[in-house]
Amino acid sequence: MVFTPVLSAHWDEPDSFTIDGYTRHCGYEALTKALAMQPDDLISLVKDSGLRGRGGAGFPTGMKWGFIPQGPEGQGAKSHYLVVNADESEPGTCKDVPFMMANPHALVEGVAIASYAIRANHAFIYVRGEVVHVIRRLQEAVQQAYAAGHLGKNIHGSGYDLEVLVHAGAGAYICGEETALLDSLEGYRGQPRLRPPFPATHGLYASPTVVNNVESIASVPSIVLGGAEWFASMGTEKSKGYTLYSLSGHVTKPGQYEAPLGITLRQLLELSGGMREGRTLKFWTPGGSSTPLLTADHLDVPLDYEAVSAVGSMLGTKALQCFDDTTCVVRAVLRWTEFYAHESCGKCTPCREGTYWMVQILERLEAGDATEADIDTLLDTCDNIFGRSFCALGDGATSPIVSGVQLFRDEFTQHLTSGGCPFDPAASTVFAGVSSAGVTA
Amino acid sequence: MPQAPVDTSKVPPLTEQTRAEAREIIARYPRSRSALLPMLHLVQSVQGYVSPDGIRLCSEELGLTKAEVGAVATFYTMYRRRPAGTYHVGVCTNTLCAVLGGDAIFASLKEHLGLGHNETSDDGTISLEHLECNAACDYAPVVMVNWEFYDDQTPQSARDLVDALHAGNPPAPTRGPSRLATFKEVSRVLAGFNDGLGQEGPAAGPATLVGLEIAKQRGDTAPPYPASASPTQTPEEP
Ligand SMILES: Cc1cc2nc3c(=O)[nH]c(=O)nc-3n(C[C@H](O)[C@H](O)[C@H](O)COP(=O)(O)O)c2cc1C
Ligand code: SF4
Ligand code: FES
Repeated sequence: MVFTPVLSAHWDEPDSFTIDGYTRHCGYEALTKALAMQPDDLISLVKDSGLRGRGGAGFPTGMKWGFIPQGPEGQGAKSHYLVVNADESEPGTCKDVPFMMANPHALVEGVAIASYAIRANHAFIYVRGEVVHVIRRLQEAVQQAYAAGHLGKNIHGSGYDLEVLVHAGAGAYICGEETALLDSLEGYRGQPRLRPPFPATHGLYASPTVVNNVESIASVPSIVLGGAEWFASMGTEKSKGYTLYSLSGHVTKPGQYEAPLGITLRQLLELSGGMREGRTLKFWTPGGSSTPLLTADHLDVPLDYEAVSAVGSMLGTKALQCFDDTTCVVRAVLRWTEFYAHESCGKCTPCREGTYWMVQILERLEAGDATEADIDTLLDTCDNIFGRSFCALGDGATSPIVSGVQLFRDEFTQHLTSGGCPFDPAASTVFAGVSSAGVTA
Repeated sequence: MPQAPVDTSKVPPLTEQTRAEAREIIARYPRSRSALLPMLHLVQSVQGYVSPDGIRLCSEELGLTKAEVGAVATFYTMYRRRPAGTYHVGVCTNTLCAVLGGDAIFASLKEHLGLGHNETSDDGTISLEHLECNAACDYAPVVMVNWEFYDDQTPQSARDLVDALHAGNPPAPTRGPSRLATFKEVSRVLAGFNDGLGQEGPAAGPATLVGLEIAKQRGDTAPPYPASASPTQTPEEP
């Protein structure tokens, strides 16, 4: 079995997003089962399953839940909160949005189970604002779940109460960073907080808070139903379970592929029709633009947390953006760098100033208006940002540049010697050679 | 190019109803200030942008200074300083969409509409901007209108789309309701006032389903739930 659809198993049913569509396939049965368990046993179950956060960093989910102080004293006595990170904005990442469109109830059920486990009576789904249809589906799923008694007071007669609110963001990549997200949810500018203290003890309203990615939380009902061993029967030694891989770019069949952790890009491409006709893979990101670029040399790297790290990148969000040989790497790197400069929250100097200057240098490089020394200045700047920034956005900003230069230094130099970009951007478009596409310029 | 000041005579005023709805939003949160982002969406649902009046309303209702509210409003790109068009068109020009055609689409729309980034047409119908990645890379190049998806665009299809917007007969989004709502209507949803349209439209677009389809063709499934793990129900059918 190469593919293991669990989250995506019923997305092809036209009503998969409705409560009827969901309950037809055991929807909310995991909640009944979970409410009959002790909260600590649920935390152990998720620990034993090996589930790791799907938002990028891969932190063990059960362990995170276990950090929430419990009991009548100190921080434990305060209200606890669950906050779902549905900000999905890392370039290339496009799994949570189609997931919430097709099956918002799996997330809602996961929210109820996770909240019960950490003893929260309030949960928030913080969803980026730029996807209104997804927001509607979440709002309506929550309404339906209340009406059916899966949320609200005395859920399934258990005595457990939970309020869930869908909260729309307003456009800011940095609000995906969990502490910036919490500031944003409190009604402030979304800027990261100093850690420690960590959200587990001082999160939303300075109270114990779990922040988890959509996919992490939505995986929980299946773990409750199938058990830890069932979940861990998929995946690799330290990267357990199934997950969504998002294939995009110059491939024959871009889209969502659900498979155990550890599948390779070669397998995914072979089974989905490969790169577009007549073209070869030039570079790709394993998990969004903040994860260092890889090339065709890395087609056989198992896409799990350990193996991707071992080749100097990161699994990240499993956003496999594939670019073929028509693509200029300098153009790609410049555009990503513009993104980081635009999204830098401005709190710390290395990132705020560094990303600005890197855009300037890259613009000159792309135009062939720079020198070899500028390439080194670029790398120096990255050196000054990486590890010296207040949050991981700054580190991420250096990934495309450092890996791009490392892998394709000749192409950077070529821009200098040939007085500009040697590539034809028209050849990279999906409508290259299609006359009805109406390309004018 | 500096644009003329906003002609406030054309901007609908905030009313007592707006204030009542702002209070309704505040009541949803454990702490009032958390309501600020949805309240700013609410202001945009009436006025199409975050006006000085809107900032005042939020500051009065939340007991904040206008500077505190303004600092938040200017941080987030979705809050506009000038009225958006009835149809707010965004073209994704983050790397993947840009390379696959987003740059050509944005250039073509700028020329076709005679508008630059973040400008609104004189008749107030269309505003244009380029966007960062909108989490739809498997449908690249992507155009958003009022935050609804228009997937897999070309320069021609995008020009046809904006022509239809100008003509007042917008096509339905690719993955969205059967009718395109206006910028202001959509802003109400973002403020937390659901419009009931979530039940319309497909569960998933074609790219969302490719992996599932290939899995089915191959006969691939996840292992069934063990019977022992789940006494309340039978394992999923393969
Ligand atoms: C700049 C930046 C953006 C991020 N964006 C997201 C995001 O959109 N969604 C997400 O789940 N995690 C995002 N993260 C990671 C979160 O900080 C956090 O690790 C995650 O939500 C934890 O959930 P998980 O353990 O379930 O993965 C981002 C991190 C950084 C530094
Ligand atoms: S690294 Fe960038 S985004 Fe993060 S705190 Fe510093 S300026 Fe803000
Ligand atoms: S790059 Fe355009 S939607 Fe992701």
